[in-house]
Amino acid sequence: MRPISTRNGFWRFLLRRVAFGLLTLFFLASLLFVLFHVLPGDPFSMYFDQGFSQQAIDELMHRFGLDKPWWQQYLLYLRNLLRGDFGMSFQYYKPAIQVVGERFWATIALMAASLAIAFGLGVIGGAWMAWRRGTPAEKALGVVALIVRCAPVFWTGMILLSLFSFRLGWLPLGGLRTPGQPITGQWSRFFSLDFLHHLFLPALTAGLFALANPLLVMRSSMLEVVKEDFIRLARAKGLSERAVMLRHAMRNALLPVVTLLAVMAGTAIGGIVLVETVFRWPGMGREIVMAVRARDYPLARTSFFLIGALIVFFNLAADLLYGYLDPRVSRD
Amino acid sequence: MRSILDALATDRLGLAGLVLFGIFLALALIAPIAAPYDPMALNYHPDGSLVRMEPPSREHWLGTTRMGRDVLSQLLMGTRPALFVGVVSAVFVVGIGTHVGLVAGYFGGWVDDLLMRITDLTYGIPFLPFALILAAILGPGIQNMIIAIALVSWRGTARVIRSQTMSLRNRPFVEAARVAGAGHWRIIYRHLLPNVAPLALVYLALTMGWAIMTEASLSFLGYGDPRLVSWGKMLYDCYSSQAMFSAWWWMVPPGLAIALLVLSGFLMGRSYEQIADPRLVQ
Repeated sequence: MRPISTRNGFWRFLLRRVAFGLLTLFFLASLLFVLFHVLPGDPFSMYFDQGFSQQAIDELMHRFGLDKPWWQQYLLYLRNLLRGDFGMSFQYYKPAIQVVGERFWATIALMAASLAIAFGLGVIGGAWMAWRRGTPAEKALGVVALIVRCAPVFWTGMILLSLFSFRLGWLPLGGLRTPGQPITGQWSRFFSLDFLHHLFLPALTAGLFALANPLLVMRSSMLEVVKEDFIRLARAKGLSERAVMLRHAMRNALLPVVTLLAVMAGTAIGGIVLVETVFRWPGMGREIVMAVRARDYPLARTSFFLIGALIVFFNLAADLLYGYLDPRVSRD
Repeated sequence: MRSILDALATDRLGLAGLVLFGIFLALALIAPIAAPYDPMALNYHPDGSLVRMEPPSREHWLGTTRMGRDVLSQLLMGTRPALFVGVVSAVFVVGIGTHVGLVAGYFGGWVDDLLMRITDLTYGIPFLPFALILAAILGPGIQNMIIAIALVSWRGTARVIRSQTMSLRNRPFVEAARVAGAGHWRIIYRHLLPNVAPLALVYLALTMGWAIMTEASLSFLGYGDPRLVSWGKMLYDCYSSQAMFSAWWWMVPPGLAIALLVLSGFLMGRSYEQIADPRLVQ
């Protein structure tokens, strides 16, 4: 009987979390409506200077639904959102979701690469720190990671950019790919050498900024694990210290780091906005900065909503992973 | 206050954070006197040409910007908005977070449910884009940055203070106060608040660093206070004028200053956390 009830418990837990995720999306959508509704001046004012006739203005206002009372606009807005219609971008004059869609994968690629760097270095570095605990080199690594964490990520990016791209000329100055390179398909768009060449520095910047967390979590997790009996047993068997660390300790110390990954995926997005701006990486973060500056509200709104949806998704994943890996977390 | 200083002094890293913070505070106070030039003034050579992009010299210790402004003076004056935003936002954030946490943890039931679900909702807000949009709506400025930070950032403090309050509320001293006829608010302010205060202080220090970083980030994105010289805006000017590749003296100092000030908040917070919660010491 028990496994069934636990399974039921898990499904109920899952359902609740998903429902709450949807509620959060509704909240974000409403928040956006309120924010953009109180924006001073209407979004067309900058286009009206160009000598539009009153009739053309009315026509445009009507076309974008701006002549209706606010609650009708709200309902219309929600209905459109449900249909996946996020409105037209004023700048590009095409559906905002289409513009953001092109940026979405660039952001995802950057995030994934930076988290891979942060967690790759963090797991190895953290294990090394635990192994070499108390040595000056171990302390130095901790301090360096901490200082990079405290330095503004866009500044780190500027320094890396002027060192590796400008002084040494090893890496490109920014952007997604070299202009004029033929794009032969969706696959080569993201997996060409040229793309990876452009990806490296922004991913490294964001990765180094995020490094301190996995590094220190892995370190303390390792320190906990090496106290366990099975490590003493492995040592008693006569295994080399290296084998004990790699095969027995590290593997067991990974659990908290995996949970952290999901949590950090949600918070990494704030930093991504800055990294994308510094490296002129055409992702959602840079798009939102430019859209707000150009008063392209539908585009800003869409980017914001999609970034929020990503956060909600990763928070949900973190919750589920946490509930799954650590049964002590209450599921009700 | 005395015990806080004592506590910090026993931990060397914490002490380093405190000293660092003290230095920045002192610099902020004397900045208008200590700054060798007006940070916004254009400086000229004796022959009338602008002192543009000059490397460090005896006249300009940290060189000049593209517009011929003195970097050292800008750096010194930038201490003020950084500390102001950091300290004021931290007070607001921790004030809100502590209240939400205390009320949720003490009353429990539907009050707790409601407040914690609101807290969870705020975790879905992408912070920097939110602050950006708010700055566009309310106009760039230091108060609006503080509003944006306060509206979202209380969530972390609220969660921690709530769980601390929940572990306290059934302790004998709270029972005793209740039996003695103390009302809810008296229990919250007289009995629970002093016990969560050390933890709130930890978050005060951590939030300060975080708020300073936010101010710098928003300024870097071009939404800084137009009337002020701030470190983030220095970096924005340096980046947008493409001077970062040649003028290291312009690019390095503001970022370093931000890193050190944020670090001081982190070190103070961490050190006080170990004292507030001795279980964390390994």
